[in-house]
Amino acid sequence: MNWIEIGTINDIPRRGARCVNTPNGRIAVFRTMEDQIFAIDDHCPHKGGPLSQGIVHGASVTCPLHNWVISLETGKALGADEGSVKTIAIRLDGDRILALLELAAMAAE
Amino acid sequence: METAAKKQKLVVIGNGMAPGRALEHLFEMAPDTYDVTIFNAEPRVNYDRIMLSPVLSGEKEFEEIIIHGDGWYIKHGITLYKGHRIIGIDREAKTVTSDAGTTESYDKLLIATGSVPFVLPVPGNNLPGVLTYRDLDDVNAMLLAAQSRARAVVIGGGLLGLEAAAGLKSRGMDVTVLHIMPTLMERQLDPAAGYLLEQAVEGRGIRVMTKASTKEIIGQNRVEGVLLADGTTLPADLVVMAAGIRPNALLAKEAGLATNRGIVVDAGMRTSDPEIFAIGECAEVGGQCYGLVAPLYEMARVVSAQLADDADAKFVHSETPTKLKVTGINLFSVGDLGEGDDRQEIVLRDAAAGVYKRLVLRDDRIIGTVLYGETSDGAWFHDLTKKRTDISEMRDTLIFGQSYQGGSPLDPMAAVAALPDDAEICGCNGICKGKITGAISGKGLTSLDDVRAHTKASASCGSCTGLVEQLLALTLGDSYNPSAVTPMCSCTDLGHDDVRRLIKAKKLKSIPAVMQELEWKTSCGCAKCRPALNYYLVADWPDEYADDYQSRFINERVHANIQKDGTYSVVPRMWGGVTNSRELRAIADVVDKFAIPAVKVTGGQRIDMLGVKKEDLPAVWADLGKAGFVSGQAYAKGLRTVKTCVGTDWCRFGTQDSTGLGIRIEKFMWGSWTPAKVKMAVSGCPRNCAEATCKDVGIICVDSGYEIHFAGAAGLDIKGTEVLGLVKTEDEALEHVVALTQMYREQGRYLERIYKWAKRVGLDEIRRQIMQDEVKRRGYFDRFVFSQTFAQVDPWSERVSGVDKHEFQPMARIGYQQAAE
Repeated sequence: MNWIEIGTINDIPRRGARCVNTPNGRIAVFRTMEDQIFAIDDHCPHKGGPLSQGIVHGASVTCPLHNWVISLETGKALGADEGSVKTIAIRLDGDRILALLELAAMAAE
Repeated sequence: METAAKKQKLVVIGNGMAPGRALEHLFEMAPDTYDVTIFNAEPRVNYDRIMLSPVLSGEKEFEEIIIHGDGWYIKHGITLYKGHRIIGIDREAKTVTSDAGTTESYDKLLIATGSVPFVLPVPGNNLPGVLTYRDLDDVNAMLLAAQSRARAVVIGGGLLGLEAAAGLKSRGMDVTVLHIMPTLMERQLDPAAGYLLEQAVEGRGIRVMTKASTKEIIGQNRVEGVLLADGTTLPADLVVMAAGIRPNALLAKEAGLATNRGIVVDAGMRTSDPEIFAIGECAEVGGQCYGLVAPLYEMARVVSAQLADDADAKFVHSETPTKLKVTGINLFSVGDLGEGDDRQEIVLRDAAAGVYKRLVLRDDRIIGTVLYGETSDGAWFHDLTKKRTDISEMRDTLIFGQSYQGGSPLDPMAAVAALPDDAEICGCNGICKGKITGAISGKGLTSLDDVRAHTKASASCGSCTGLVEQLLALTLGDSYNPSAVTPMCSCTDLGHDDVRRLIKAKKLKSIPAVMQELEWKTSCGCAKCRPALNYYLVADWPDEYADDYQSRFINERVHANIQKDGTYSVVPRMWGGVTNSRELRAIADVVDKFAIPAVKVTGGQRIDMLGVKKEDLPAVWADLGKAGFVSGQAYAKGLRTVKTCVGTDWCRFGTQDSTGLGIRIEKFMWGSWTPAKVKMAVSGCPRNCAEATCKDVGIICVDSGYEIHFAGAAGLDIKGTEVLGLVKTEDEALEHVVALTQMYREQGRYLERIYKWAKRVGLDEIRRQIMQDEVKRRGYFDRFVFSQTFAQVDPWSERVSGVDKHEFQPMARIGYQQAAE
């Protein structure tokens, strides 16, 4: 697991998200109204919808396909739905965003 | 069977809240005892005078505050003389005479002439532009003055003055409040709370001047300013006198009845003439006159009992809590707030949270309460006062409120559940908890409106509505469905219509402003309310509102339709469904270049390219743009397609140029946002090949002109259209279609299709406004045209030029090499 720089806070609009493509799949990096940064797999536990394209509200996102609401903090579906998506640890260094990504195994190829 | 006794004649002078309530009681207790005649100096029915402030501020309509509609008078056989002022009472002949010359005789007379506003005896007080604040006519005059958005000076920093100031401010006026005392509302608040209130009022942009003594109202032909005793001159186009009221006892005095400040009555509300009663603000009982509604309703209860021959009914004085009806300012005050050697006080201040609480104690009992900022324990403190409860046991935690006593949880429901049955819930109407819960279970009530109808609780000023709803929830458990108005979402209790109305009335022009002013429960809304608010703001303030892309659904953000695999489909406009070889070639080239996997003809007569990767969208648009295409907005809550048939150009049955009209409409209306999608069609003859009769708006061309249809659907619901009307020319057809769409844009709830909106507001009302009312139609048309000047920007070319380009590229691509570093 390595801390890898994936961009800066200013690359992401408030209440918005950007994607990061990794060999293990795409992750979605969110910035909330209060400038908190979260990262989760860009894959809704329901039908695989791209969560990065959803509407961000509080510390959660609503999937654009069927309106599941996913907590950005825990990756868990909120409300009546059940399911969860992997969260990725994020560290901020000033404006720089670092993500803890598991890449070593792939890199050995 | 007993023979019906001849009914007695009861004449009522005045048609305010007190006599209205008295008659309700009377018809309940002693139906068929009296023939009732009412003389109302105001030309209207009985309404809730306390709610005039929300009407002034735009939070309510007059129709919403009517207590008794015309039907009620008819049902009870009441003769109501509207706009008749009684000018004389002849006690010998037992008659009254109105200014219109009507004379009625009475067996019993009830005087309820209310009060008159106190007008400062200063020069210039009768200039045009100087108003008082008493009835609907005053409110209407203020609203008229507010249209000019000019400067207003309100004289009087009491309850009424502050409500008037807040109302005028929310109507866009520049407002100054003059108050002669050092702090606001000094009769109900102590100086500390008065100071906090002043801060809050100034925080709303209202200027407050205390210790300001008015010397003169200046102006030549109408008011121009106010001169203060210290020489200051304040320019003003409107002056509102709200410096107090005086009981209106003149008529009674002229009739020779005993009067003092008010009409003197005994505890049974009887004047010095045993056949004549007086209630309301005009009455003086036990040496006191009253202005708040609770004691006035108590008078109504007593007089109705007396009229029903219950000689024991007596009026008893009680303290009434004061609440200010200015949205966002919470204030509660009751009892004796003076200082003295025999008194102690408990004070809690939290300046950051804007909370101030003060309890005045004597002999271990609460005798006065002031709550500012956080008022939910008001009912409980008031209850302790009324019961003279010894509070020494809970003294240490008393100020924190009921939920901190005995370690019970901090749950407002638990607090309400813990209230004793005789705790007063509705101060205005004197309704206690047990009466409400009893009515809910005994009469099977299920809604707030039911409770209001049966018990009157929360039916006057409405400030206890929350408590009543909690009682409903407690009594009914899960079966309680909070209200007929479905809230927009769980972020607010307000329904769509209230939110739309308040956005206009309070001039809210951003999503944060809406959430702040309308007290949203979440910090930044949710995926339901944000797109709705964004639409309402775009529709209401087309020139001023900055569209919030983060509050739009992904399709409207990237101007394409998201598919199940996360790719997008792209649909360019084909005006009226007409295309040519050049356009088709350009589409073919784009499909090849970007390896677009599927191409399909849509139901709306255009071509859909499916499976476009998000990263490719800007380049796809750029190529389509070069060929002259703009976005088809096939994703939008807005104008989608205008489907056409070939009309007179080719068809042997065609009666008009349906293709041309369709293209004209589409070019005129594209880019407009609407509550839900809008699909249109124009058919060249009644054979209707464009299927116009299942569209949101459709036109069927006939020999004599254009038949306009609307409110069809062919989706989840299937519904044929309704006919709006027939017009003669193409220009008229366009104007009517545009006006109809704008009416829907202004009134529709987000995601409500035209057919649902039309069902809600009524087909006849829409026909009346669009077909018959030329001024309304023109107004809608002009507002649509104005809005279009900001809307007809092709989102594709805007994106190609780099707007929001962050949407389309990943922020980073982490590859194998990088990971190996």
